[in-house]
Amino acid sequence: MASAHSIPSIEERFEFTSGAKRNLIIGGGVGIALIILGAYLAANGGGGHEAAAHGAEAAAAVGHGAAEHGAAGHEAAAATGHHEANWVTRIWANLWVNGVYFTGMAVVGMFFISYNYLAQAGWSAVFKRVPEALPAFLPITGVVMLLTFFFGGHDLFHWTHEGLYEVGGPEYDPIIAGKRGFLNTPFFVFRLVFYFVVWYGMWRVIRNLSLKEDEIGGTEFYEKSIRFGTAFLVVFGVTSSTSAWDFVMSIDTHWFSTMFGWYTLASWHVAGLAVITLTIVMLRERGYLRAVNSSHLRDLGKFVFAFSIFWTYVWFAQFLLIYYANLPEETIYFLERFRGHDGFFKAPFFITLFLNFFFPFLVLMTRDAKYTHSILKVACWSVIIGHYMDFYTNIMPGTLGSSAGFGPLEWGFFLLFICAFGYSIASQLEKANLIPRNHPMLEESLHHDIA
Amino acid sequence: MAELSGKYLVGVYDDDDTVLHAVPKLRKAGVKIKEVYSPFPIHGLDEALGHPRTRIGIAAFMFGVTGCCVALTLMIWTMGIDWPMIVGGKDPISIPNYIPITFELTVLFTAFGMVTTFFISNGLGPGAHFHPRFDLRSTDNKFVMAIDLGRNSMSEDEISRALKDSGAEEVNIKQF
Repeated sequence: MASAHSIPSIEERFEFTSGAKRNLIIGGGVGIALIILGAYLAANGGGGHEAAAHGAEAAAAVGHGAAEHGAAGHEAAAATGHHEANWVTRIWANLWVNGVYFTGMAVVGMFFISYNYLAQAGWSAVFKRVPEALPAFLPITGVVMLLTFFFGGHDLFHWTHEGLYEVGGPEYDPIIAGKRGFLNTPFFVFRLVFYFVVWYGMWRVIRNLSLKEDEIGGTEFYEKSIRFGTAFLVVFGVTSSTSAWDFVMSIDTHWFSTMFGWYTLASWHVAGLAVITLTIVMLRERGYLRAVNSSHLRDLGKFVFAFSIFWTYVWFAQFLLIYYANLPEETIYFLERFRGHDGFFKAPFFITLFLNFFFPFLVLMTRDAKYTHSILKVACWSVIIGHYMDFYTNIMPGTLGSSAGFGPLEWGFFLLFICAFGYSIASQLEKANLIPRNHPMLEESLHHDIA
Repeated sequence: MAELSGKYLVGVYDDDDTVLHAVPKLRKAGVKIKEVYSPFPIHGLDEALGHPRTRIGIAAFMFGVTGCCVALTLMIWTMGIDWPMIVGGKDPISIPNYIPITFELTVLFTAFGMVTTFFISNGLGPGAHFHPRFDLRSTDNKFVMAIDLGRNSMSEDEISRALKDSGAEEVNIKQF
């Protein structure tokens, strides 16, 4: 059918202006300044809430029956041991939080393209370059995470401590020792490298197919992309779960949840969708992507709306089972976030729920809101910041515990990463025509109309 | 919907594209179209006919809020106040336990409320007359346009001619 039909060609080049570059670099510079300020404050005992007496916190931790809880107890002990090194650990933890979060958002770009290919979706063809631009950030987060693991892994991951595995030793922990087949440094590093190589490698292939399609045309590249996208979904189906265990769940080594892979994927996915939507809105505001109509925007808004509900659903399913079953080894996870560490994590815990569920749910509910630029922007930022808070609440209690804080250090790292991510996206967008040429579904996408 | 009465002109079209293009043409000529009946949804027809946007979303939200409140009130009253019960070692009023049922009742009220609203506002449901009776072929393979003569200032001949010009293959008169 398509053979006799010519595909419209829209010439549209994105220009990454020097002004935009300067703004992003200034943003990153402010981030670095905040990091230095935060590190200085933390090193002098002024950052976060670490000034509180450690003894009281340790007592509080024991008070709610956390005697067998490994990570927090151990970290607290380590913290009293070498207090001056706290701010270094805090930097590692921050790098890890942002590394995990931005890795997820970047890889979701690939995920989005893949399931759109698998479904042979027509509507998304016109803005395909935007999700396609996200995974280019993967090498950076990959290097950051690898270096963080090499230099800070011992401080962040309780399971890296050798003493845990010495039978009969003072630190011997039979539960963690039983997980050694999976949680050991060589295998962990192998997996970490494997995820990034595979995700990035597969993205390169699909990106090259897409760029060649621009030049040569024909349905051959489209067919190949469908097969390749499907292969990626199979790979990602497994690696999204295992990477969630590795990156986040293994921090609280004793604790486990069978929902965790889903939960992290849901978090990454909705954050990635928010980035895609936000990028499209920002491009439109600068006069690009005029071919994206209100129906596309409404569908993107629906995506963000629906998957913020999906995240909440998975979050709550995990919470309710643990709450209802009331098994000590499971409830400890939420107890630590509710009452542990002087209740420090209670605020981020509820802020996460508000920013990721209540706010986008109410704001994006009406039909008109889903294509109104300003509302979409507010909702997307809410989700992007909300899921940072989500990973913050998941990672910080097990790594820093009582010495965690939320000050210039945290703001600085987030700002630095988001500016770098923006820079990476914009440089990718610049490399190809903003509207794909010769995409077999382009015509359909241009006429996308959901009434 | 009130019982139909009066005299109608019924244009029968053979093709969805023809009827879609006929609608703006006729409206431009000053014909007030009552409704177009089609065996399947036609993209863009609602806008072409100038129908106002449905307000069922607002109704749905109201029903959802009602369901949510009913569920919470029911559970808090029965489990927590009237006859406090401890289940699974939780407080009598423990909101997390109530969430699944609150969610279910919100969805149930929304769904039933929307269907009921839709039936009432369209005159459908049990005991209703078979509605698209301008031409039964609109449930098969024809596209049927109904024009209420009582609401049009143009004459019957004029409208009939306009219908034929816009591609109608038959124009019939229907009296209720």
